[in-house]
Amino acid sequence: MADRIASTYPMVKYLRREALPTALCPGCGGGTVLNAFANAVDDLKIDPKDMVVVSGIGCSAWIASPYFLADTLHTTHGRAIAFATGVKVGLPDKKVVVISGDGDLAGIGGNHLIHAARRNVDITVILVNNFIYGMTGGQVAPTTPFGAKTTTTPYRNIEHPLNIAETVTAAGASYVARWTTAHVYQLIDSIKKALQKEGFSLVEVISQCPVQFGRRNRMKEPAQMLRWFLKNSVSIKRAKNMKPEELEGKFVIGEFVNREKPEFVDELNRLIDEVYGR
Amino acid sequence: MIVRGDEEEQVEILRRLYPSGNYFMQGDEALSYGALFAGCRFYAGYPITPASEVAETMARELPRLGGYYIQMEDEIGSIAAVVGASWTGLKSMTATSGPGFSLMQENLGYAVMTETPLVLVDVQRSGPSTGQATKGAQGDFFQARWGTHGDHPMVAVSPTSVEDAFWETVRAFNISERLRTPVVVLFDGVLGHTREQIRMPDPDEVEVAYRKLPKTEEEAKLPFGDPHGDGVPPMPLFGHGYFTHVTGSTHKENGLRDVYTPEVHRKLVRRIHRKIEQNREVYERYDEFFTDDAEVLVVSWGVSARPSLGAVLKAREEGIKAGLFVPKTVHPFPGERLEKVADGAGSVLVAEMNLGQMILEVERYLDGMRIIGVNKIGGVPLTVDEVLREIRRNA
Repeated sequence: MADRIASTYPMVKYLRREALPTALCPGCGGGTVLNAFANAVDDLKIDPKDMVVVSGIGCSAWIASPYFLADTLHTTHGRAIAFATGVKVGLPDKKVVVISGDGDLAGIGGNHLIHAARRNVDITVILVNNFIYGMTGGQVAPTTPFGAKTTTTPYRNIEHPLNIAETVTAAGASYVARWTTAHVYQLIDSIKKALQKEGFSLVEVISQCPVQFGRRNRMKEPAQMLRWFLKNSVSIKRAKNMKPEELEGKFVIGEFVNREKPEFVDELNRLIDEVYGR
Repeated sequence: MIVRGDEEEQVEILRRLYPSGNYFMQGDEALSYGALFAGCRFYAGYPITPASEVAETMARELPRLGGYYIQMEDEIGSIAAVVGASWTGLKSMTATSGPGFSLMQENLGYAVMTETPLVLVDVQRSGPSTGQATKGAQGDFFQARWGTHGDHPMVAVSPTSVEDAFWETVRAFNISERLRTPVVVLFDGVLGHTREQIRMPDPDEVEVAYRKLPKTEEEAKLPFGDPHGDGVPPMPLFGHGYFTHVTGSTHKENGLRDVYTPEVHRKLVRRIHRKIEQNREVYERYDEFFTDDAEVLVVSWGVSARPSLGAVLKAREEGIKAGLFVPKTVHPFPGERLEKVADGAGSVLVAEMNLGQMILEVERYLDGMRIIGVNKIGGVPLTVDEVLREIRRNA
């Protein structure tokens, strides 16, 4: 299997071959995200030696660690962005990327996500939102849709999900976009923009987990989930003219924000220049 | 990017900004200057009494030396950023107190498992919980040792005065760098907020160590190997094209995860232990006063070592053969040395600002001896008279 991947997949040069094949379930959206990320890196001709990829805990964290071939820091649950902040300060000329899941980055690590966006530290976060804690067996997440069934909401979910892209936009990020794994080219394009943006950038990817989410919500087949994404996606432009009740259960996709703001590490170094040696 | 702190330009700035001589300052400040002289150029922290003055000193002084200060959103993020910065080659530190120390425990274990050099200062305060937030204590002795989960070694040093805080912090950095391991400085709120005289040294008087870096591509490919037989692998820093893989999960010598093979876990965790056990000369340190002929031996650490010494001196004046043993590195505990020192003593007093923590280590080594705790809680340090009274009673 690993040999077949190596001989037929053009992006394999960005992967740690000794870690292949991946441990992701058949039909998982994680592979799509990894592929989109590798294509974005390839399109931009970024040397992986100039990248540090940081991840937390969970299925989506494995996209970065161990599969992506760069300096990789696989950290504790929820803390990837805080670790990445230290890395970026030490290596301001490198691209620092965080790839992890919704439970990791928006649940247990939500505070770091908000504050990194506020600080506008130049990190690109690719947040894979599959609505569920997959690795631990399909428990409800802060992103699980209202009414959905999970192993810890066996009757129905009575909580409302967090709107991650809007939260991070409000917190002050320089760039925020949301796509689904059914919008691969748009996703690659946004990852490229995010990587080039000086400032905090977030690309939220709605992704399918047929095993832990779909199976319990009448979408056992991965393709059913992708059709669900396509059918319910609404561009942010169109969504602006829709009422909240019309947007119930929809996925708003597109660019939420793309703005120029002072970047944290840049400001930090400017401050040091002012007082160094004095 | 500065990686060591003893470069010519850095030494020149240190000498110019902090001319050697006598200063009057708080323990928290002295500790911070120790970190700066040791080469610390990254600090991430979160405010907490009685450790905030460390953050304030670092925020003021680090940029003057080209170093980085970040105030994070919490203590968990603080130590996380410190680990991240350490992998870029910066000597990194955070400081906190009891509640924050509790929050940092998970990532302290991460630093042990990933063999990340860093210094974590715990300015101990009275607990449990919020306790007496502004008051000092010595209640975190075992939290430093066993606060994070799983089998792990731990190195912790404990200063006994304001000036000592400078030097013990230097030592903490050097141990951390030499053994590629986190080191805890168990300071306390009493000394942290005490102002007294310290002599600022010339940078040339301060020994500055730096972690082993890989010399060959082969060494760089095994960030968790043992190429030199001392248990300490060279550290292939980020940003040098090594494609280093770092994880808190059980990993092979090349850094890649293998959480299913018992042998991989056994080999990794045993080496991490052996690294500390077999390099005792790097960290073991204790002070001894009148121990040669001591009949009453006082064992004490940190802030309590001061009244203990005062009491021993007074007892000697009274003709009581009292002695004092002060572990400066409290973890691993210098038990074998204590066994030798305590030989011949009739009774052993263990003086500390808690209800009896280090005494458990003393009992572990001095099996069968008469061992009495001299304990005080409430946020007020032990006095000379209180320790002296116990010495007299047990003479």
